Amino acid sequence: MAIVLDALSWAMLVGGALFVLIGGIGALRMPDFFTRMHASSLTDSLGPMLVLGGLALQSGWSLETVKVLAILLFLLITGPTATYALGHAASVAGLKGGTREYRASDPREPRA
Amino acid sequence: MYIVASLAIVMTMCLALTRALLGPTVYDRVLAVNMFGTKTVLLLAVVAFLNGRTDFLDLALAYALINFIGVLAVLVFFQSSRERAAGKPGEQR
Repeated sequence: MAIVLDALSWAMLVGGALFVLIGGIGALRMPDFFTRMHASSLTDSLGPMLVLGGLALQSGWSLETVKVLAILLFLLITGPTATYALGHAASVAGLKGGTREYRASDPREPRA
Repeated sequence: MYIVASLAIVMTMCLALTRALLGPTVYDRVLAVNMFGTKTVLLLAVVAFLNGRTDFLDLALAYALINFIGVLAVLVFFQSSRERAAGKPGEQR
């Protein structure tokens, strides 16, 4: 039983680390602000779920598991809220996004 | 096992820092800071299990909340300064 738990937590931990990395790379390579936000919010939701889930499995039924799940709960509440506030502030500030003709360097002026 | 996870998280933090430096608009930088903060929380949790010292988890918990408040404060600051500068044409600070 312990082997199964260890293997599962190891797989979740490495998977979570992989998704965190993919989110980071996405945030760097995406051409536009809103697509970058889309990529980076992946690391706010799925990454912590897998990484902290793996840690919770590792510590079994103990106080650490309660703390890890509390962290996961707060991250899942605050992450999307912060991303929403950021997207709203950006769109209110007039940041256009999504249409391909905007140059990646300056998303506000359309391509000449 | 924890080493692999912490290395990946540290690399993501470097990617977030480069996005913070490159980011054309100010909101890209706020996005990078938000990502960096979340990754700090994850790194704290993983290092807590790496060293076997579980009191780091309280730090991670506190930092998760503080990071959220910090991002919101920065956004409110930009919004209020944008309203004050509403008279001038929308220059990008």
